[in-house]
Amino acid sequence: MAETESTKVLDEIKTKFGDAVSPDEREGYDGYLVRAENLLDFATFVRDALGYDYLSSVTGVDYIVEDKMEVVYHAYRTSGGPALLFKVQTQREKSVVPSLVSIYPGADFQEREAWDLLGIEFEGHPDLRRILLWDGFHGHPLRKDWREAYFEEDQKPFGNRWPEGKVYRIEDKVPFNKNVKYPANFTPEGWVPEGEGTLYASLGRMEKSNGNGTGSEHIVVNLGPQHPSTHGVFRMVAELDGETIVDLKPVMGYLHRNHEKIGERNTYIMNMPFTDRLDYICSMGNNFAYALSVEKLMDVQPPERAEYLRVIMAELTRVVNHFWAIGFLLNDLGAFFTPALYAINERELILDVFEAVSGSRMMCNYFRFGGLARDLPPGTAEVIRDLAFERLPEKIDELERYLTENEIVRVRGEGVGVLTAEQAIGFAAAGPVLRASGVPYDVRKAEPYSIYDRFDFDVAVRYNGDVYDRYLIRVDEIRQSIRILQQAIQDLPEGEIQTGRPQYQVRVPAGESYGRVENPKGELGFYVISDGSPTPYRYHIRAPSFINVTGMAEMSRGQKIADVVAILGSIDIVLGETDR
Amino acid sequence: MYGIGLIKGLGVTLKHFVETYVEDIRWLSRGGRYYDEEALKVRQSTAARGIFTVQYPEEKLPVPEEFRYIPFLIYEVDEDGIKVDRCTSCGICAKVCPPQCIWIVRSNDPETGRPVPAPTDFFIDIDICMNCGLCAEYCPFDAIKMDHDYELASHDRFKDHIFDKERLDHPLSYYAEIRPRNYAEEERARAEKEAAKAARRKSK
Repeated sequence: MAETESTKVLDEIKTKFGDAVSPDEREGYDGYLVRAENLLDFATFVRDALGYDYLSSVTGVDYIVEDKMEVVYHAYRTSGGPALLFKVQTQREKSVVPSLVSIYPGADFQEREAWDLLGIEFEGHPDLRRILLWDGFHGHPLRKDWREAYFEEDQKPFGNRWPEGKVYRIEDKVPFNKNVKYPANFTPEGWVPEGEGTLYASLGRMEKSNGNGTGSEHIVVNLGPQHPSTHGVFRMVAELDGETIVDLKPVMGYLHRNHEKIGERNTYIMNMPFTDRLDYICSMGNNFAYALSVEKLMDVQPPERAEYLRVIMAELTRVVNHFWAIGFLLNDLGAFFTPALYAINERELILDVFEAVSGSRMMCNYFRFGGLARDLPPGTAEVIRDLAFERLPEKIDELERYLTENEIVRVRGEGVGVLTAEQAIGFAAAGPVLRASGVPYDVRKAEPYSIYDRFDFDVAVRYNGDVYDRYLIRVDEIRQSIRILQQAIQDLPEGEIQTGRPQYQVRVPAGESYGRVENPKGELGFYVISDGSPTPYRYHIRAPSFINVTGMAEMSRGQKIADVVAILGSIDIVLGETDR
Repeated sequence: MYGIGLIKGLGVTLKHFVETYVEDIRWLSRGGRYYDEEALKVRQSTAARGIFTVQYPEEKLPVPEEFRYIPFLIYEVDEDGIKVDRCTSCGICAKVCPPQCIWIVRSNDPETGRPVPAPTDFFIDIDICMNCGLCAEYCPFDAIKMDHDYELASHDRFKDHIFDKERLDHPLSYYAEIRPRNYAEEERARAEKEAAKAARRKSK
């Protein structure tokens, strides 16, 4: 059926666009190549006529050999089904591509990221500034000819580690300050950053007159980067009219380390522990998505037992994350640490399971291509069973009794930070944020991966799209996760946990793949391009924490400044993933 | 009625508070619920009620066998009492190490010119090590394993944080002690392999 539908789509596209759109026929590639001048028309057609209303991922790829820059779009239907990929190519120098923000508002931050890291200019973007790097940064680091400070070699493993093994500290080789390259005629002492100016100007600051001649001015308040409510180093620039938010801009990148560049230096297996450090609350989920995307390229299937264990770990991760999110949302609402600690209790017990199976509580590094690192140690299955059938159901009831009817939680949450269903889809919000707005979109059901099609569970959905519903949806999701856990641990088969022999360097055939999972915070996708070498050619992460912030300004407008803290808490971001 | 939700919530807090003392009293006859390994195990299990915190450093959470923190090297002692490294300096650990924190010096035999199957020196920069455990996982000789000792604070990071071979070397008995299940499993596999080899030799 999928085959006939895709040929029908292809015919439709052909009659409408002719030569401007052609199927991508490179080996291992998929989707359509669109000419830059037809991109806006094509995107409108894809959204309105074909129904791909959800633009999940936007990213760029630097094809230095062909002297080309490519922008890759992954669009989905919120009713479910596979992706429609389309790509647009442009020259490498002075790359310009039309911006899709007018059609898919969710492209906003992702296009800024592509501009920042790859230097692709998006014509018509309302606010094209750097997003992850600082304003004075020189160059675009994801370009293949850009080299970082302390650069050693293009690909790991570095030759000098073995067999000569001359140990050194990189700081001794390249002393601090000696690795900084300044543009011509640049003196660091005389430099005044202009980025802050453009940032404030982008707020559309305005004078307000109240009719009797006494005009009042809006003020700008910086929340963060060092602020307890921002869950890390995150900054919100809010323009206020009295106490009411007129406009808000999130500023991020304080934790940026260019994870993607590191990933392109690493071999495939080396990236696994690095994915742990993205959303460090949910490292099992990150492992899962990365393993899926590479397995797609390698065309391997993990054995049955490994699939069940993967699902168990992913669902335990969801419980961990949602307990944590609820606890810290309540912290943001002023219930200082009592609910958080009750939630962390249960998280702690699950982390003990993670530690027993993987050796680490948070940086699990448990998944391998075609399986898992090791089997459950003795006794762990019983602990999981105990958690799934006894402890967690009891504790989630207790948490609900504690919070759900609490008048303060309701007053602070109901009607605050509302995002309608259309807005949520438009902003490409994912996970609980999307589902709390009444869109029952869950990757586990929309495009089932692993063995999720075997379990009986419901997609949690709430309809008000406010802070309170984003709390409730997390409680609902914990309950659904417990249901999945109960089924998975009951049916857990015996057997192998790894397909083939474990290898320290895997062969990955050339091609592209996009592996996505429903991570607790939303859709987490890994876009990996292999050129057949031991390291990925392109390694991109569609980070839910990052993209969910796109709707932050919309949620905050018209709210009081105190509510911004609650709204941010209800989105539930982790800066390790936002800033990457 | 307004306020019911709040009162219900306070009830939950009160329950947690009371449970702590009820559990304390129940454990009184067994010598109390704190500073005791047995009691700590229960306090940190799914049966835990009331207070959940641990009084570190007087109490320490037991680490599971798979716990991984900084690699170490294993040596065996032969009949003459000489240390024999299991490591053959094949370099797989250095090649798989994600942050590239392993440096191995391999030397050549002065007579034959062939590489000596033992490391001349071995360095791990523990400031760079990310404790992923891939080196231990892919070592074909079971020569490098992950340690359990997590209290590594020191006064001088420049001097103390690059571990050399001497600092990394641990006897096989240490490994057998901290990871008994893994050790037994590996020994079994090794014995099987030896037996198969012997059988093959016999059949020849």
